[in-house]
Amino acid sequence: MLEAGMLEATYASAVSARRMRSIQGAAVLIIAIGLACWAAEVRPLTLISKIGNFTSYIDRMFQLESGARVWTDPAEWFWGLWKWLGLLRDTLLMAYVGTLAGAFIGFLFCFAASSNLMKSKWVCQGFKRLLEFNRTVPELVFALLFVYAFGLGPVPGVIAIAIHTIGAMGKLFAEVVENIDMKPVEGIAASGGTWVQQIRFAVLPQVQTNFISYTLLRFEVNVRAAAVIGFVGAGGIGDELLTSIRRFYYSDVSAIIVMLILTVMVIDYCTEKLRHRLLGGEVHA
Amino acid sequence: MLRITGLSRSYTGRFAAENINIEIPRGSFVGVIGRSGAGKSTLLRMINRLVDPTAGTIEFDGLNVTTLTGAGLRGWRMRCAMIFQQFNLVGRVDVLTNVLMGRLGHMPAWRAMLKIWSREDRLIALAALDQMGIANLAAQRADQLSGGQQQRVAICRALVQEPDIILADEPIASLDPRNTKLVMDQLLRINRELGITVICNLHSLDLARTYCDRLIGMAQGRVVFNDVPAGLTEDIARELYGLEAGEVMAAQHAETVTA
Repeated sequence: MLEAGMLEATYASAVSARRMRSIQGAAVLIIAIGLACWAAEVRPLTLISKIGNFTSYIDRMFQLESGARVWTDPAEWFWGLWKWLGLLRDTLLMAYVGTLAGAFIGFLFCFAASSNLMKSKWVCQGFKRLLEFNRTVPELVFALLFVYAFGLGPVPGVIAIAIHTIGAMGKLFAEVVENIDMKPVEGIAASGGTWVQQIRFAVLPQVQTNFISYTLLRFEVNVRAAAVIGFVGAGGIGDELLTSIRRFYYSDVSAIIVMLILTVMVIDYCTEKLRHRLLGGEVHA
Repeated sequence: MLRITGLSRSYTGRFAAENINIEIPRGSFVGVIGRSGAGKSTLLRMINRLVDPTAGTIEFDGLNVTTLTGAGLRGWRMRCAMIFQQFNLVGRVDVLTNVLMGRLGHMPAWRAMLKIWSREDRLIALAALDQMGIANLAAQRADQLSGGQQQRVAICRALVQEPDIILADEPIASLDPRNTKLVMDQLLRINRELGITVICNLHSLDLARTYCDRLIGMAQGRVVFNDVPAGLTEDIARELYGLEAGEVMAAQHAETVTA
């Protein structure tokens, strides 16, 4: 009886110690949030008092020059449909080429950045840092630099997206590679296969569906990025969107945003379907 | 003749293998026995150079294996094929392609990259599968096969390398008794018919006695026994397994009987 009582007391003290730690953790978190808000000058009052500006802009976006609501006259709202579709196509192509080029180079780099395949620690770390640099610098910054170097147009946009994609894809790919089963790799190494043959025959079969899936996902991300990159003069629909915002062509802004949202939704849906088919097919293949 | 002299492998102060000296004539069937962690795997992996020795030399017919790099090393690995406990096949790839992996060293690199196997290579691989009685599985994915079938595929991959030596690292440790016998019988056949030297890590003393014409006993990284199976006395078995030898043999006897 005495023993059971002691065991219970030990258990209770362990539980209360754990609970105490949780409470302390929560307290620290709340204080940290408070400090962060203070440092970043978060002002909820400003948000509340100025919210009217925001809603009125939204409201104005859905009015034509005549003052009528945009949906009462779709032809007038989408007066520039063909021009915008052309620009949207440019944006999509920028994303497409940038994704392909970036994923391809990221694919080439990822094996050298995988610690399980690259025995030289220096080379592996070197590639990891290179990929890190590529994805840490925002696309927008690269785009600005390349617009300065190569002039206005889609080329700087494509290069900016490609460089960022190399970093993002290379890192994701390398993580997939680092999680593979190494036994097949060892099997091929033991029969005299070269490093490239080990990758070709033991690594690729294990990672290819994931690689394709991640690339499709990245394409969707890059479509959005390509639209924003247009802001700095790198071609596509973003350029037009920024112009409309600056010149207060309110209904044009809403028309372009609606088109962008629809496009991203369609691409999201399609890539999702494709990825599910790929990953689902894996089970039956 | 495979000659191993003063071979050691240490990991930060701990020896996985220490000062191993053995000579293995061509065509022998050698069993390496001992407890888990005795250094059996390390020894086999060093011979294939999957693990680099920290000291000592491995020599095969006058070729110094320990200093090989690049193409020379790959050439050596082709000549000493390896079979693993976990088969080490590429699971998502079909059986025939897995066997053809053993031919990589016999073909130009660009053909291998594009998977353009020559008809001759395909026939060699199919013939090997046929000898193991699994040619009908050639088009199946390797990971859909049973363990015993996978190990036979792995033996085929080793065979088509046309090796001088086959190193088998616990080839039957994940198999049931029936497949154990199948795989060991095939290794013996390869040894007898093709004259390929087989060096095989085994847990079971009974199996080692049945199949091998020489036994190497290892304990704590060192070779403590190197003789014909008949020379394995109770004393030595006790040293190897740290148990009463009677217990070892009785336990393993019981194992095989119930199996």
